[in-house]
Amino acid sequence: MRPLASIVAKEVKDYFVSPIAYIVISVFLLVTGWIFFTTFFLFNHADMRSFFSLLPMAFSFVIPAVTMRLFSEELSVGSFEVLLTLPVSFSDIVVGKFLAAVLFVAATLAPTLAYPLVISFLGDLDWGPVVGGYAGALLLGAAFSAIGLFASALTRNQIIAFIVGALICFSMTVIDKMLFFFPDSLLGVIAYLGAGTHFDSIAKGVIDSRDILYFASFVFIGLYAATLTLQNRQ
Amino acid sequence: MIEVENLSKYYDGFCAVNRIDFSIQKGEIVGLLGPNGAGKTTTLRMLTGYLPPTSGNIKIKDFSIRSDLIAIKHLMGYLPESAPLYRSMLVYDYLEYVARVRGLEDKRRHDRIRELSELCGLREIMHFSIGELSRGLKQRVGLAHAMMSDPEILVLDEPTSGLDPNQIVEIRDIIRHAAKEKTIVLSTHILSEAEATCDRVIIIHRGKIVADDDTQRLMEISGLKHVVTLSLRQASAEAAMDRLKAIDGVLDVQESSQSEDGALDLAVTCREGSDPREAIYHAVKQTDWILIDLHLKTQNLETIFRELTRED
Repeated sequence: MRPLASIVAKEVKDYFVSPIAYIVISVFLLVTGWIFFTTFFLFNHADMRSFFSLLPMAFSFVIPAVTMRLFSEELSVGSFEVLLTLPVSFSDIVVGKFLAAVLFVAATLAPTLAYPLVISFLGDLDWGPVVGGYAGALLLGAAFSAIGLFASALTRNQIIAFIVGALICFSMTVIDKMLFFFPDSLLGVIAYLGAGTHFDSIAKGVIDSRDILYFASFVFIGLYAATLTLQNRQ
Repeated sequence: MIEVENLSKYYDGFCAVNRIDFSIQKGEIVGLLGPNGAGKTTTLRMLTGYLPPTSGNIKIKDFSIRSDLIAIKHLMGYLPESAPLYRSMLVYDYLEYVARVRGLEDKRRHDRIRELSELCGLREIMHFSIGELSRGLKQRVGLAHAMMSDPEILVLDEPTSGLDPNQIVEIRDIIRHAAKEKTIVLSTHILSEAEATCDRVIIIHRGKIVADDDTQRLMEISGLKHVVTLSLRQASAEAAMDRLKAIDGVLDVQESSQSEDGALDLAVTCREGSDPREAIYHAVKQTDWILIDLHLKTQNLETIFRELTRED
């Protein structure tokens, strides 16, 4: 347990001592805040549905940018060798970095808690979908972090890691909106694979075990693939 | 302490280490010597558990690298070549992090970091980020990292490569200080390095061990003899050679080169264990030749190394 906690602490600290954390958070808040509030007063609804519907798309690019350095940097500097000869297991390393990324996603979302507070002064806000939305956002963030981590384990080049990660996350976001390209027999599977439907149902405030299972399995697959990739490098 | 049995490593069909065996006793300082690409780093990486061996086994104390990897990592401190540490971290933060991962208790952690900062001379640079440090300083941080949990075994890959002579001496002093109660395995392609620090030398060439012996004994192995070189002025080559050959303990005399200032340079091969320098001096004194240089050249590791790793 101890090495895991140290790795998480180190990675989180790394984020916040470098400018990358503040840049990513600023960009995220600026873009989502602008898109959300430009239409908010036109719709004249006291809810956050349009904010949450933005998240899968925003996360597709923000999260790979957050996770791209986690392994690529270690591989290019060579510090991965040092890390692996410390008394830690592969799972400590992979899970540690994953948890750090999830904590970072939580830190990115934290300032947006101001939105529901403001909205609740303006109108009668239903808190159920808001709580569900944030829970779903964390699950989505975790799944995308695991994918980004896998992309980062593939290469020592951070830019490639970012592009590969963003590509996979973006595909997961849009795939269930492109169903007309696929044959009927595959529709069910493809629709299940898309992150959007699962996220939307949680964001409505419906906590369904199938949706949680979906995100949990994506996390597991991402982390397992990252572990295998790293082991294969040896 | 360390038993390496029939160890091999292949990279995509390329054989980097080919069925090597050796064992290292507690307290020994062993140098792994070989030309670039001989398999030194690969061997060390397997020893430290970074690379899994293709075949064979490594046993450290009672632990096998195949089943007790974490236990072995606890026993070992490792400094990879050119100390690839996190560039953006401060020296103190980095040492603190290593101490935590290695499971040092809070109080012990602070004491240990203080001890190591004294030993490795890091006091002035604790608040610098590692990426800003010079090579020598970075190497010292790397040594502190390797010694953090006071491990029984230290594995150092090319600890002095790329350093200037002063830095080399500093690093060597730290290693020698640490060596008092530790088993140390270090790799190097600098022969004087091995001669200066190691009790025992293992020479690796193309993934195989070509020599494994005490540093002293390796330097004395048969076929390699002492050579005395001397320079004479106002002497004819034949007369000088005849006179010197008559000395007890001298096997052969050869004219090595004609130096520009007209002096005669001779190489005198001596029998093992004999040192005829005094006799040579007396022999020259009886003539009117002028002796301008006389010294004993021991065949050093360099010669042995070239002999053993020569491409045939």
